[in-house]
Amino acid sequence: MNAVKFLIAAYIATWLIHGVYIGTLVRRFSRLRRELRDIERQK
Amino acid sequence: MKRLFPILSAITAALLAYALYQALVVAPADAQQGEVYRIIYYHVPSGWMFMLLFSINFVASIQYLVSTKPSRQAAAKWTVIGVGVVGTIVTFLPQVQVQLKSAGMRPSAIATTVLAIPVFYFLVGKLFPGENLDVLAVTTAEVGVVFCTIVLVTGPIWARPVWGIWWAPGDIRLTSTLVLWLIYVSYLMLRRFSNSAQMQVLAAALAVFGALDVPLVYFSIWFFRTQHPQPIIGGGGSIDPRMLHVMMLNGAAFLCFGFLVCWQRFRLELLHREIEAAHAMDSLVGSGVAAKASLPLNRSPQ
Repeated sequence: MNAVKFLIAAYIATWLIHGVYIGTLVRRFSRLRRELRDIERQK
Repeated sequence: MKRLFPILSAITAALLAYALYQALVVAPADAQQGEVYRIIYYHVPSGWMFMLLFSINFVASIQYLVSTKPSRQAAAKWTVIGVGVVGTIVTFLPQVQVQLKSAGMRPSAIATTVLAIPVFYFLVGKLFPGENLDVLAVTTAEVGVVFCTIVLVTGPIWARPVWGIWWAPGDIRLTSTLVLWLIYVSYLMLRRFSNSAQMQVLAAALAVFGALDVPLVYFSIWFFRTQHPQPIIGGGGSIDPRMLHVMMLNGAAFLCFGFLVCWQRFRLELLHREIEAAHAMDSLVGSGVAAKASLPLNRSPQ
């Protein structure tokens, strides 16, 4: 049973890392889209 | 194209869920390690992914470096063909075959890998011409670092209950993987913080040297005494066929997931460059928009 917590920790860590990275991608996308909209508005 | 991404995402999500179910429920428990061995189904495919992505980064960086001069391009092309042909022939020499087999390697697996080098090289050059090579390089480096981080996190979590230690200091597999991670993190830092006009060339050169660590990581368990287990495919290790099936399923799921993430990161980089170009154009025509620019040239988006 004690070893199972390591298994759960490894799987959670994997999806946590992927989740954080995908979160940064989404944030960067929305920021760049906003910036692109600003540029187009000013033209 | 807009519809394709949600469809592929749904298929990948279903595949990942099915692979997770197979890994946690269907695959048999290990006779020695019990349930904790199931970390292998995330640890190993993540390892495959970072090696694949760093290899693509290496090829894209080489292509980017040689793309400035036709003579360099021709030299690189013939070198790659030479490596593929000579490498394959050498693998089938009787003396080499004996040595490979004694090291626990399958000559056919090595020959296939060596033959794949020129194929891979020309495919990358064909699919990603010009500046897209640099976009591909930064994409694969960043996503590769994510998968490498997962390997470096899940490895110690697995090692603790099995070996009794989190980390084996001095172990070449572990150390070379950590060094590889550090090299690619510094590659991303260089791209993020350098303002030099030569940044892309510098980054490509760093990537070429960094990628030299990939074969060391891969072959370290064959050529050195290490705490890390032997490879289960193409090497001296062995695995239950039911476990191998689940492993391949997770490998396919991670490959699809990695492809989708790379696709989006690639699009992000293109969008970033589009905005940079718009800012540069505005600066030239002096419309005043450039004064509001928050992204200096040659910087990755935050």
